Amino acid sequence: MESSTSETETALVAALRAGEPAAYERLVREYGGRILAVCERLLFNREDARDAVQETFLSAFRSLESFDGRSQFATWLHRIAVNASLMKLRTKRRHPEQSIDDLLPTFQSDGHRSDPGSRWTNSASEISERRETQQLIREKIEGLPESYRNVLILRDIEELDTETVAEMLELSPGAVKVRLHRARQALRTLLEPIFGGASK
Amino acid sequence: MTCHDALDFLDDYLDGKLPWGQRIAFGLHLGLCRPCRDYLDGYRKTIEASRKAMSEQAVTCCEQLPDEMVQAILAARSQLPRADRPE
Repeated sequence: MESSTSETETALVAALRAGEPAAYERLVREYGGRILAVCERLLFNREDARDAVQETFLSAFRSLESFDGRSQFATWLHRIAVNASLMKLRTKRRHPEQSIDDLLPTFQSDGHRSDPGSRWTNSASEISERRETQQLIREKIEGLPESYRNVLILRDIEELDTETVAEMLELSPGAVKVRLHRARQALRTLLEPIFGGASK
Repeated sequence: MTCHDALDFLDDYLDGKLPWGQRIAFGLHLGLCRPCRDYLDGYRKTIEASRKAMSEQAVTCCEQLPDEMVQAILAARSQLPRADRPE
């Protein structure tokens, strides 16, 4: 459960509503880095992310009056950034998506696994410790079909709840759960050759 | 419970939302099925590793917004219609 706005944030919001130029600069400098990171995580493109950051702040400036203080200001801004990034993705969408089915586990007719796979011997920290490996993981995430990738990023990385993600993507909560499950399975398959060291 | 059935329970299991009866059945299946234990382990590590890889990016690339971006945003704000710009 998110807590409500802190005193510092309340003072900042009051200064913004009063139109103090210094408050606007402080807002952009203080939150800009985190907002850029959110946009980059969703867009995988620096230029698009920069556009989305600008749209995020302009949108926030325009709708300051709608911020009611029930959530943290950073949370409110984060959601605007996610929406700006999703909007950017919608305007760029050109290609039909590839099926994800080939990346899902397969089963025999009796319900047992067709391919037992291999054991991942390292911990998640060991797996993702090296910069090159982190880059590889990001490339695998980027390679997922967009409708699955967005759900995975919003739920697992941005840590938004199912209902919020459903609202943002105009899906039912059930559809979000199904896509998340399939996206995680597909990503696991993509990472298996890299991290699945020990065979049984 | 088969491996196929168990797969459907993974997310609710990880979220601690699996009803009691299904949790028992799932646990029994895991106890007997090494491939499913390994699959669950890799599934959990996939989530953790992707979280780390993506949040590292935030830390290393984007701690602060470049100054020219800050100035561009502030300049764009000054172009907003007055109704959208408290003053």
